[in-house]
Amino acid sequence: MINLEDPIAIRVRGVVNRFGSQTVHDGVDLDVRNGEILGVVGGSGTGKSVLLRSIIGLKQPEAGEVTVFGESMIGKEEDEAQDIRRRWGVLFQGGALFSTLTVAENIQVPLREYYPDLDQTLLDEIAAYKVVMAGLPPEAGPKYPSELSGGMKKRAGLARALALDPMLLFLDEPTAGLDPIGADAFDQLTKSLQKTLGLTVFLITHDLDTLYAICDRVAVLADHQVIACGTIPELLATGHPWIEEYFNGPRGRAATATVDRNRQLGA
Amino acid sequence: MTEMADFTEEMTDGGWVIRFSGRLTLARIGNLHKRLDALEGPPSVIDMAAVERVDTVGAWIVHRLEHDHGATIINASDDAKRLIALVTRSDRQVQMRPEPINPILRVLDEIGEAVTEAGRTLLGLLSFFGSILVAVGSTIRHPSRFRVQAVIQRLDLVGIRALGIVGLMSFLIGIVIAQQGAVQLAQFGAESLTVNLIGRITTRELGVLMTAIMVAGRSGSAFAAQLGTMKLTEEIDAMRTIGVSPIEALVLPRLLAAVFMMPLLGFFSTLISIIGGGLFCWLSLDMPPVIYVRRLQEVIPLTDVWVGLVKAPVFGLIIAMTGCYQGMQVKGNAEEVGLKTTAAVVQAIFLVIVLDAFFAVFFTKIGWT
Repeated sequence: MINLEDPIAIRVRGVVNRFGSQTVHDGVDLDVRNGEILGVVGGSGTGKSVLLRSIIGLKQPEAGEVTVFGESMIGKEEDEAQDIRRRWGVLFQGGALFSTLTVAENIQVPLREYYPDLDQTLLDEIAAYKVVMAGLPPEAGPKYPSELSGGMKKRAGLARALALDPMLLFLDEPTAGLDPIGADAFDQLTKSLQKTLGLTVFLITHDLDTLYAICDRVAVLADHQVIACGTIPELLATGHPWIEEYFNGPRGRAATATVDRNRQLGA
Repeated sequence: MTEMADFTEEMTDGGWVIRFSGRLTLARIGNLHKRLDALEGPPSVIDMAAVERVDTVGAWIVHRLEHDHGATIINASDDAKRLIALVTRSDRQVQMRPEPINPILRVLDEIGEAVTEAGRTLLGLLSFFGSILVAVGSTIRHPSRFRVQAVIQRLDLVGIRALGIVGLMSFLIGIVIAQQGAVQLAQFGAESLTVNLIGRITTRELGVLMTAIMVAGRSGSAFAAQLGTMKLTEEIDAMRTIGVSPIEALVLPRLLAAVFMMPLLGFFSTLISIIGGGLFCWLSLDMPPVIYVRRLQEVIPLTDVWVGLVKAPVFGLIIAMTGCYQGMQVKGNAEEVGLKTTAAVVQAIFLVIVLDAFFAVFFTKIGWT
């Protein structure tokens, strides 16, 4: 039974993922609270994307339990659990836009799939405001993905992820490959959309600035598990060597400094 | 079941009032949009008191109404206000479709495009051939740059590994020619001439031609896909910056392998076709293998073998060249790799057949009939 008011939007319990003899996850536990932006970090190969795929049902874990709004995602085929699927939007790393469709058509794909009775005018209007909402220029509508820059592809991907007005948004490294200005703009967009639309966001990132700027809590994947989950000060208090190195390395310090500077300016 | 989005209209002193009710969300919107187009009068007030929930689609519909008729919204929840503000900010003229083009112009445009494309491809192939010759020249001057290992690997892939499929295909084609030929020739009582048919057609034409088609499908496509993928992943650019010529390192080994292997494969194919035909003659026409071989010796002039073998390396060159050329033309996205691979195979087979026709006329003229 789907419970949209559940204070825990996503519940991951004891998830085990293996590829052949290689273990990626060994008992991952994670809660994503309703209405928060949860950042997921971890070194390369710690299975951040695999965790995302386990939650959205693209990969069935070897063991464990995943529920989204109280509905179990285990043992569901890709065409099952439609009720849950239309309540989330996913932005894949490269945007994953359908290359034979224009941006506007890409946004309309989920709408047509779930609501075939919508008339074309309304579809066009919806696609139009989603294009602007995602921060794309109005002339981007009839363009094909191959004509877009990396940043615009991500925004178009975001517009498609938001097509069905989801409650849950999964973002896989949204700022990877963007220049700092573009990355910052994307962060602000995510934050403001999350606030206005009341979204719960599951965000995989390597970008320390993103973590500081928009995440309510951060989960750290290491040693095949979530070793810590909380606000950044809480994480630092755990004293785990990887977390220390991650946040207190040269890049971590730079990001902290920026945040402090911004706070002072704001104050 | 929650209620569908709905509305009522009411005439008051202040003009028409629209009262929305239910959930103004995508899932419950139904045909609300169309019904709102057929309002009795222009609304001046939009009452959202009875609305349970709103999403951006509901907010959009309210916003359109407000915007089109200059209505005022009352009793909106904070959520609704926030979302309406969001869609109002996002309301800009967005182009949805590419500009439509006049169909006549489009046909003309496409014809022109195809002609220039064909011309460009021919020119491109010619200049590619030129750069190959340059690479051959520089390899001859610096023999140490010649990549023996790569060539051997390609020989294996293009030649040895094709033996099975080329053999099977040739064997079946030999049987088919023999069988079809025997049926037709039997009408003149000239079944024994089946041997002439099998022997001459396979040595002169079919052995090499069918092999070329198979190699184009097997190796030409592989060349295009390999080089195309390397182009996408910038491996070829990386080679250039390191100072390695991609033509020398990638194209020459493939070219040599195809040129060298085509005659061998062609000859092999001819042989197997003849064996296939012979088997049919033996089983169906009661012609013992000894007689079959003796008849073959009588009817096939040696020039027929030369006709087949002279063509083979040229076909190999064409196949490898179009494959590598198309592979190098890939740019942009993964879809291009597929398109260029198809183009490579189609062009290779087409050019092979055109050249084969020229060869046929040429050999007849010089008396190798």
